[in-house]
Amino acid sequence: MVENRPWLTFLTHFVLILGVIIVVFPVYIAVIAATHGPTALSSGMMPMLPGAELWNNVVQVWTEDRRGVAPFWLMAWNSLWMAIIITVGKIAISIISAYAIVYFRFPGRVLAFWLIFITLMLPVEVRIIPTFAVVANLGMLNSYVGLTLPLIASATATFLFRQFFMTIPDELMEAARVDGAGPIKFFRDILLPLSRTNIAALCVILFIYGWMQYLWPMLVTTDPKYYTLMMGVKRMAAVADADPQWNIIMAAVVMAMLPPVLIVIFMQRLFVKGLVETEK
Amino acid sequence: MASIDLKGVRKVYPGNVTAIHSVDLSIEDGELVVLVGPSGCGKSTLLRMIAGLETITDGTISIGADVVNNKEPAERDIAMVFQNYALYPHMSVRQNLEYGLKNRGTPREEIDRRVAEAARVLEIAPFLDRKPRQLSGGQRQRVAMGRAIVRQPKAFLFDEPLSNLDAKLRGQMRIEIRRLQRSLKTTSVYVTHDQLEAMTLADRLVVMNGGRIEQVGKPIELYDRPASLFVAGFIGSPPMNLLPVETLAAVAGATMPTLTPGADIVGIRPDQVVLGGGDGIALSGTVELIEPVGGESHLYVRVEGIEQALILVQQGRANVGEAERIDFVLPIQALHGFNRESGRRVE
Repeated sequence: MVENRPWLTFLTHFVLILGVIIVVFPVYIAVIAATHGPTALSSGMMPMLPGAELWNNVVQVWTEDRRGVAPFWLMAWNSLWMAIIITVGKIAISIISAYAIVYFRFPGRVLAFWLIFITLMLPVEVRIIPTFAVVANLGMLNSYVGLTLPLIASATATFLFRQFFMTIPDELMEAARVDGAGPIKFFRDILLPLSRTNIAALCVILFIYGWMQYLWPMLVTTDPKYYTLMMGVKRMAAVADADPQWNIIMAAVVMAMLPPVLIVIFMQRLFVKGLVETEK
Repeated sequence: MASIDLKGVRKVYPGNVTAIHSVDLSIEDGELVVLVGPSGCGKSTLLRMIAGLETITDGTISIGADVVNNKEPAERDIAMVFQNYALYPHMSVRQNLEYGLKNRGTPREEIDRRVAEAARVLEIAPFLDRKPRQLSGGQRQRVAMGRAIVRQPKAFLFDEPLSNLDAKLRGQMRIEIRRLQRSLKTTSVYVTHDQLEAMTLADRLVVMNGGRIEQVGKPIELYDRPASLFVAGFIGSPPMNLLPVETLAAVAGATMPTLTPGADIVGIRPDQVVLGGGDGIALSGTVELIEPVGGESHLYVRVEGIEQALILVQQGRANVGEAERIDFVLPIQALHGFNRESGRRVE
């Protein structure tokens, strides 16, 4: 594609820029709204330029207690915990199951793989009622275990690790066996270090996945002590007999957005490397 | 160091595919034995069974005095060099060499001493802190050998270690492996499909075909007295000319000698054919093609009445041109007789 056609360049850029505007505009509105005082938004005219109230709003979000909503710091803490437990748990479980599926011959190995693979096609929402029933019967409502455990098995991550392990030459395992490394040593000394970039990439994806959970926390938590950010922010808008304080809500939204954004910015290189590179 | 004994060793894969049919072989202490054969002949399987990477269906394998059938590779005290080197990619060369020793709980000073010694012998000291991907193929091969020798095992097992190298490097490494093995005097089993590599490296050569041993012996013995048609065709380059007796008799006429009864295929090495006249079976034919190899020339000669072209080796430059006619003689004492039915040599 070495053609140089100015109108084509213009057209492609136009489409791209249009796409970016469509995606970015709501985010822009949220950021702008977070910088204005309480009256600017309820007047009906949405300001397009930043105001001077950002700091006040942020302080209010952090300090003020709202009825029906947990304190912001607690919700942030819950979200962080949930995201971290889900990330670590998913990676730990899926890398071990992928190890079992690829390197060990046991009865039902293929069946196990297909069962895992099939759950790839079922999103949480499909099995949410039975899952809720199980969690409720086990008495895990309103707990971190209830928040994280049902989400912790990951078919995608298992599949990804399986594919990666299959690209590792068998001779490496054989050399390790000759060198006196048993299954645990081989896993720890050779597979884990080789999977480093894959693990980093999955950390990014899974952390964001955990952070963004909305439906599940809403179902299993009724105690504000376990509210997460995503549901808490939504609850902030549901006030009775008054206008929602959009400037405060938007400030909370912007802050809730920050961790995933920062992670993507700082881990981007590792992330791309982990998905693209096949270092052997 | 130890001898290796194989008694009635068989390998049957699931689905009743027999890879190895009852192999008996004893490898003496300090000997370098080369298993050679075409792909799929079971030579790698046999090596991997000695290593403990494949299970043994039947028979026993002993290393030294111990029967090792049910031992893990690590417990057999062997070291293996793989075709694709199988170096641990995330470890430096030094860590690669140390890994096996560490797993065995070798003391630190001993590890350092052995690694330094191996690095000196293999001339890899300058790369000890590099990662395998920063090394060339030949250097990786040295590291793979280093990983084997630091262990000071009872036996080295080589699984086509040179086939990923280019021809020149292969020749160099071949000499180096030979030199190293001679000085360490470690019992070694070496698998290759390259008959030149096999001939030049082996103390004893084991030619395998279809999961069976065809012949065991010193390389020159195998070259001079191949025990079967398969060995005759496999060992030697260019390969032995193999001719059916009846066609040869029809072409040779009066010069055809009486052969041992049972011999219905006659073989002759290309370099044993005498150009011009002399005693033996006198033939003449047309030179179809000349391959000048440098020190010698390979002549492909078409004789009327014989289906395949005969290969002749002439020392130095060929003194005939293509499409010219030449006379040549197959000396009687240079003929090998084989039986087509049994595939074996007939004396």
